[in-house]
Amino acid sequence: MRYGLLVQGAPYSSQASHSALRFATALIARGHQLECVFFYHDGVYNASRLAAPPQDEPHLVDAWRGLNAGHGTQLQVCIAAALRRGLLDERESARHGKTGHSIEPPFELTGLGQLVDLGNQVDRLVTFAP
Amino acid sequence: MSSSLAANGDMLVILRHAPHGSSWLREGLDAALVAAAFGQRVSLLFQGDGIMALVPGQEPGALGQKGTAATLDMLAMYDIESFYADASALDRFDMAPDDLQLPSLPVDGATIAQLIASHRLVLTF
Repeated sequence: MRYGLLVQGAPYSSQASHSALRFATALIARGHQLECVFFYHDGVYNASRLAAPPQDEPHLVDAWRGLNAGHGTQLQVCIAAALRRGLLDERESARHGKTGHSIEPPFELTGLGQLVDLGNQVDRLVTFAP
Repeated sequence: MSSSLAANGDMLVILRHAPHGSSWLREGLDAALVAAAFGQRVSLLFQGDGIMALVPGQEPGALGQKGTAATLDMLAMYDIESFYADASALDRFDMAPDDLQLPSLPVDGATIAQLIASHRLVLTF
């Protein structure tokens, strides 16, 4: 089956990201396809390239990157939710006259329209929220 | 109380949070508007605390957060016209259908289950 995930919880603040990652791993182990993880609401913080968790906790941002590297899962971040929370890629950072950026590939800033498309493409869209 | 539903659609957006304590309601409404702009037939279910969104006058307050009343007024322009209100929440908050900013059909638990089943995609905020 083709799956998409919608993640709306901030990493380490709630269980949502941890559960979504476990679900993602289980899906792939069962031979399903995970097309895309879409980050919305506080879920956009999962995309922060500057996350530096202590070593005895799972590195959630790296785990998302691993899904992309190992399985080709797209990692899409709602641009409106991200920008107002200070999560900008290089292009948006320059456009807003900021120094530095907090999002980098494989995470990509996209619009909510992509979430609608995803919902229409996949067999199941599963939400993980706090 | 409705026991049968005439409406179904592409997407059901379930709104479970009150207007001012968090951005859940605003971001949920944003998702509904974008889906409608992309041609989806969208229904809204106001459930639990979410029915507080239907209390008229949810304007920006002293904290400077965006109000949601204006967004509710915009829904018709996006052809979002199917509104459902959780009947048990209306009872709990002592609200009547006539008190609501949008004309919403009160629905009981069994009808909410039907609503979820009759939409292909469900997003919960």
